[in-house]
This record gives sequence, C-alpha cells and structure tokens, in this order.
Amino acid sequence: MLTTDEIREIETEAARYPTRQAVCIDAMRIVQRRRGWVSDESLRDIAAHLGMSVTDLDSVATFYNLIFRRPVGRHVIMICDSVSCWMMGYDRMREHLGKRLGIGLGETTRDNRFTLLPIVCLGCCDRAPAMMVDDHLHSDLDLQKIDHALETYR
Amino acid sequence: MTPVGEKPLTKNMRPDGSAVGIRAYEQAGGYQALRKVLRGGTTPKAVIDEVKEANLRGRGGAGFPTGQKWSFVPQGKDAPNPTYLICNADEMEPGTFKDRLLMERDPHQLVEGMIVSGFAIEADVAYIFLRGEYVLAADRISRALREAYDAHYLGKNILGSDYSLELYLHLSGGRYMCGEETGLLNALEGKRANPRSKPPFPPVVGLFGKPTVVNNVETLCCVPHIMNHGAAWFRALGRTQDAGTKLFGASGKVKRPGLWELPMGTTIREILEEHAGGMRDGVTFRGLLPGGASTDFVTEEHLDTPMDFTAMTKIGSRMGTGTMIVLDDQTCPVGMTWNLTHFFARESCGWCTPCWSGLGWAERILKAMEDGQGQPGDLDKLASQAKMWGPGATFCALAPGAAEPLQSALKCFRDDFERHIREKRCPWR
Repeated sequence: MLTTDEIREIETEAARYPTRQAVCIDAMRIVQRRRGWVSDESLRDIAAHLGMSVTDLDSVATFYNLIFRRPVGRHVIMICDSVSCWMMGYDRMREHLGKRLGIGLGETTRDNRFTLLPIVCLGCCDRAPAMMVDDHLHSDLDLQKIDHALETYR
Repeated sequence: MTPVGEKPLTKNMRPDGSAVGIRAYEQAGGYQALRKVLRGGTTPKAVIDEVKEANLRGRGGAGFPTGQKWSFVPQGKDAPNPTYLICNADEMEPGTFKDRLLMERDPHQLVEGMIVSGFAIEADVAYIFLRGEYVLAADRISRALREAYDAHYLGKNILGSDYSLELYLHLSGGRYMCGEETGLLNALEGKRANPRSKPPFPPVVGLFGKPTVVNNVETLCCVPHIMNHGAAWFRALGRTQDAGTKLFGASGKVKRPGLWELPMGTTIREILEEHAGGMRDGVTFRGLLPGGASTDFVTEEHLDTPMDFTAMTKIGSRMGTGTMIVLDDQTCPVGMTWNLTHFFARESCGWCTPCWSGLGWAERILKAMEDGQGQPGDLDKLASQAKMWGPGATFCALAPGAAEPLQSALKCFRDDFERHIREKRCPWR
C-alpha cells in the first residue's frame, strides 16, 4: 500500500504532466526515497495508482540507473568509473573500497551499512577521482579520504 | 563598447561557490532581458531573429543554430498547443562538467534564459530535465524557481504581460541515453529513453506529440545576454566565425584541471597550456578528446586549432561540449579506449543493432587486448565496427559518438594497439 504521504507527493508531481504515466519515474523515486528501493509490491502499487501495467512499469524501472529493484544498504556508494576518474586512479579507489567493505560492485555489506555501485561520469572531472555517498559528492579522492568518508556514514 | 575579455556567463559567480540569489542577480542586471522583451513592442519573432543574427549555436555538443531550431516551431492561431520548452540538463557526457557550474552558481541566469526563450517560441510549459545525481543543482534550481514565481517572473501573465509560462524541474532516473533529444522526450513521458525516428522532428512533433524545443543549459544561459546587448556584441565575443564565449574545461593529468569562460575560437593550445597549466611534472602529452567522450582524438599537430564548431570539424574532430580530456604517456591509450567503449555499451538503450551488438563486441575485443589476449585481425575488426556505427545506421547519435574515439584512437595510437597484440600484454601494467 502506498502511504498517504507518498500519494500526496506523487499527485503534486502528477499535476505537472498531462498523462499519468509521465509521473511514473518520479513516483518510483518518491517511494524509493522512503523505503530504500522499489519492491515488487511497491511496483504493483505504483502501477495500479497510475493505471499502468506492472510489466510496463518494470521495463521502465529496470532501464534507469538510479531506481533500485533490489534492496540496498543504509548508504549507497556510487563510484565514478568514467574516463577522467579512470585516468586519475579509479581502479585503486575501487579496490580499496572493496577491501575495506569486503564487497564487490553491486553488493551490500553484511551489516547492511553500504551498497557499492558503479556510476557514470559525475561531472566532477576537474576533481577526479570522485564518488557519491547518498546525496553527497566526494572528490579529489585518495585512500585516506575514502577511509575518512566511510566513517561519517553509520 | 568592446567585448574583449568579457565573461557574461560567469561574471556574477562568487568565489566561495555559493549561488547568486535573486536579489543579487537583479542588482547585477538580471531579469532585464525578460523585462525588455515583455515591455511590449517585441514580438517572439523579433527574439528569434536576434538569436539567429547572433549566430548562437547549441552548446550541448552538436552546434545546431539555436534561432533556426526555434523557427521550426509552428506559430499562429492554428498551431497545435501547448508548446513545450525543455532544458537539457542531463549532463552525462564523460569529461563534461560545465552545465553543473552554471546551474549551481547562477541558477537565475538559466531561469531567465528559459523564460525569454519560452517567449520566443511561445511555449506554455517548460521543464528542466536534470540528471538525478546533480543534487546540489536540484536544490539551487528549486529555490530559484520559487523565487522567480514569487517575483512573478513565472506563472500567469508574467509581469502583467500577456505571456504565461509554467516551469518545472524534473529529476532523471539516470542513463546517458536520456541526454539524446528524443530519448529525453520519452524519459519525460515516463518511458524507456529509446530514441524516436526522425522526421518528424521535435519542434513539430515532440513531447506528448506537441511542438517542443530542447536546448542545452549553456545555450539557454546565453540568451538573456544576447537580448540585453544585441547580436553584434555577441558575435564580437568570439575570436572566429562562431559567436559568443564558451565554457572550456580540461581534466586528466594537467597541472590545473578546471573550467574557464573564454572567447569561442580560443586555441586548444591556449586552453591546455595557459589555462590548464600544461601537463603535470613527469608526464608527457599524447593527445586529447576535445569535447567529451564522443569526440575524435586530437594530437600535437592540431593544438593550434581554434576551438569552435567549424575549425574543429575541419580537422576531423568536433568541439563537442568543449571540455577536453587529456591523455598522457603514463596512461594506456588502449585502456582508455576500452573505458570509453565500456561506457557507451553500458549506457546505450539497446534499441539499434550497431549499439546492442557492436558496442559490446568491440568492448570485449578491447578488454581481451588489455588482458594480453589480443588476436591478429582485432584491429581490422574494430575499424570495421566503428564504420558500421557511423551516422545513418542508427536512430540516434550514441553509436556514431562511440565510433569517434575508437576510430581516431586506432589511427593516432596504432603502434600501442599493435604492441598489445604482439607482446600479449598491456605495456602499462
């Protein structure tokens, strides 16, 4: 079931578009912000609310990088693997993160604290390498900076 | 007044990185262009003509003349409505970080640019299509929109005129493909961002089937300045036949990576050596992608080329987004080409065969080469692939864009590719 809050926020967005389907990406983001991810149940509820087929909505959901169809940890680390960051040390940063957290790309730590995902160019190329943790951009990364950043997310 | 050295796009930006608020923007002459066009006597056509006369070309990378694009929108009583204006703020081209600066540091400049441009095409509704990762830009644009509505620069009968415009911010779900004009339209309609067949072109049949203009952030930001100072002033800002200033940037192992607003037509060498400070100590220049991942490599012999749409095309590359990615001698060109191809393969929507089949194939060949498993004949395979991704073979420019770094890397760094195959290893590892 979608909550009253979720429905209210979805309807605010829906007023900005002439079709119900147009709001479906916003709707999934609204639900994901509160629940961490878009479960099968959420997907069915959103589809029903917008008058879309579940299959159609799932094909949209799985297309977009920032919509999660699997549970993620409390914090999501997105490490940029595009060309400028790659040149400036992406491999070392990813290896370090993997070692520190004991996970690879696409995985979540056992304590459910972090999920590690690759992301395309974060538009931070002059301060590469870069990563985002939740809504925060971390740039000019080195191994110490990564260690320090991880400590601030519980 | 001579425009030499003027930096209209960045002049109001604060050194501390904070955003220019509405009061400061107005005090610096902001929203005067909007007042001027709404004062009466200025027709939408007059705005289009001024922008045409200014020779403003799209800053998203393709360089299409903005005024001409606007003039394709049907006008008059029988024209379909509503008409939409979309700001393409889906900055996902690797190596590109210019629109983020404009949105984070002076969001009202973009908002005013959109209202004036909206007036020109008689748009009823406008959207800013912003990539979801640009959280700070989203906050600052949202605030600017609230301020603009409160000041009656947006909404019904703007500043008491006959013109009304609703302007909304949309956060993307994320995928490089969304930055392609028609993929973006599908994304805004709540669909997968597959490209559409053209014609019909978006100014005639666009968002929800209605006339739609899609312009890049930097393009829209130029418009208020053109209306304030005139087409001749804007043309005089450029050093070559292409008009205006341009945000140029550099990343990679240069001394001072960054962004600079410079005259259009500033040479590659000046950007690289004077503004980016040249290469870091201990590394040597090998080549660069002049304007993002989907442009052809340029080497030493072409460094004195002016960065503009015309001159860069003449040397077989493109200015693209104007933010260059610099390759040094400590970085493997085959690895770099693999990284770029990997990006295009992952971010493609998979709609056309050259993309879903060809990009993945080329990526596997390049990866194998990096891992010491390159085969004789691989280079011919890659070259023929790049040809097959060329313009005309696909619905959109993603695969042709992917072909540019690959085909040029094969030419510029042929010896390095051959060495990978001959020695069965990556010499940089």
